[in-house]
Amino acid sequence: MSSSAASVTLPTGGDQSLVTQARVARSEWTKFVSLRSTRWSLGVGILLTIVFPILFALVTKSHWSHMSPSDRAGRHPLDIALVGVNVAQLAIAVLGVLVITGEYSTGMIRSTLVAVPKRLPVLWAKLGVYAAVSLVLMVPSVLIGFFASQTILSSRHILQISFSSPGVVRSLLGGAVYVMLVGIFALGIGFIVRNTAGGIATFAGIFFVIPPLMNVLPTSWNNAITQYLPSEAGRQLFSLHHAAHSLSPLWGGLLMVGYCAAAVGVAAVLLVRRDA
Amino acid sequence: MIEANGLTKDYGETRAVDDISFSVRPGIVTGFLGPNGSGKSTTMRLILGLDAPTAGDVRVNGKRYRDHAAPLHEVGALLEARSVHTGRSAYNHLLALAQTQGLPRSRVNELVDMVGLRDVARKRAGQFSLGMGQRLGIATALLGDPATVMLDEPVNGLDPEGVHWIRNLLKQLAAEGRTVFVSSHLMSEMALTADHLIVIGRGRLIADLSVEEFVQKASGARVRVRSPQATRLRELVLGPHVSVTGEEAGLIEVVGLSAEQVGEIAASNKIVLYELSRVQASLEEAFMELTRDEVEYRAPKNEPVERVEVAA
Repeated sequence: MSSSAASVTLPTGGDQSLVTQARVARSEWTKFVSLRSTRWSLGVGILLTIVFPILFALVTKSHWSHMSPSDRAGRHPLDIALVGVNVAQLAIAVLGVLVITGEYSTGMIRSTLVAVPKRLPVLWAKLGVYAAVSLVLMVPSVLIGFFASQTILSSRHILQISFSSPGVVRSLLGGAVYVMLVGIFALGIGFIVRNTAGGIATFAGIFFVIPPLMNVLPTSWNNAITQYLPSEAGRQLFSLHHAAHSLSPLWGGLLMVGYCAAAVGVAAVLLVRRDA
Repeated sequence: MIEANGLTKDYGETRAVDDISFSVRPGIVTGFLGPNGSGKSTTMRLILGLDAPTAGDVRVNGKRYRDHAAPLHEVGALLEARSVHTGRSAYNHLLALAQTQGLPRSRVNELVDMVGLRDVARKRAGQFSLGMGQRLGIATALLGDPATVMLDEPVNGLDPEGVHWIRNLLKQLAAEGRTVFVSSHLMSEMALTADHLIVIGRGRLIADLSVEEFVQKASGARVRVRSPQATRLRELVLGPHVSVTGEEAGLIEVVGLSAEQVGEIAASNKIVLYELSRVQASLEEAFMELTRDEVEYRAPKNEPVERVEVAA
């Protein structure tokens, strides 16, 4: 196979083999779908988003007759429909970190940056592909979660809410958008930290460790600060009720977008400046 | 064409590449030679813009690598450290890189065949042997039909057949008019493939010369003389630029004079000679002589740990 191979002549390449943003995006799409870990994480994310509302609906249905009036009043159909979002965000965040740190841990990043030496197109392409994929998968997932849980609950005629009720569509889509934003934030962290364990730990610290720590603070401080944390601000996108000491869905969502922009901005500067 | 100008790179306190300037011309194979840790890989990273130089600059085909619009068409590189995602198949790895510049799938298939990876192209690269990994790296390097081919230790991990294949490939690429820049710590390998040599040690440029010149420098440095009057001859030839060593009775080696000069001295003093010959230093010896002071890690008592390996 070898001596004969040396006689293969190389074609002269055309001048049209230029790097463009669209081509880098296509490349990132190929990279994204050609890894087993990607398919697993996404599959788990979708599954959790759909299965959790179904489980919660089934449990609620079977326990309804034993529940106290206050328990019953504390249940909200949208909370059940969107319960999976809270779990799916972890899968999407881990994958968001991995999309880039996997390249650093294997050395793939060198091949990537030799092919695209201007570097920034790689960041934009990864962001675009990942945001699009997570949104496209999460929207149907939350809708399936909603309709499935509503169907289960309807057999007992409990906790019914119409799809056209005010805020329902916004909450459901907001849940999907929230997960997408979490993925973007995690991807930004991954570009900054460049290490899988470090990236996941940083994300978990910001989203899962800092919020409960706020409870140690005096209540007035807690109330003042917590609403501005990314997890709390982002959550407003899919919460139907506007609680005290929380931002409106619009402002919460915008703040979450701001956090994403900050993470991605830092990532962009570091990507260009640092040695690969 | 690669042109480095005062290229310098510091990693913290360590100066990995120290003010080196050289140019690599098209149409020939240029060997980039140096002991391990001498800065070869760092220099290649600087050429590709993976690392930014502390000082100086390096241009490829007239521009900084980063400024090229079709980078893979300008430079194809095989980097020493593996640069492949272990979870992705060889085919998809090549496809993803090809797509960044709009190269077609047919080009990927062509290269998979060329490097002999057809049967394993759909396997995850993490399962590849070192030799298969090298072949994939070479396929990656040639993907964009590059004007300049830069390979870091390409024969590492290849079987003899693979080594032979690489040698022919390098010569073919050069014959097609491409710039071929190949690093190695094996002088013997370079002697077989390279036309020109750039030698570095401890990040500094030691030599920039043709392989022919190198061989000339390497040979004829010593004259071996066997004579019953060796002791007397030794006294006669010794001088400020001439040194003499003798390991056994009646045999001396003279450094600093040609065989002709030693013969004339012997004749005019009526000294009988049994043997008078030029000692050919091997290329490895010459290379080690050249880099003796530049080998970074060394065991005590003159036993270099980072020796230049002598290939079979």
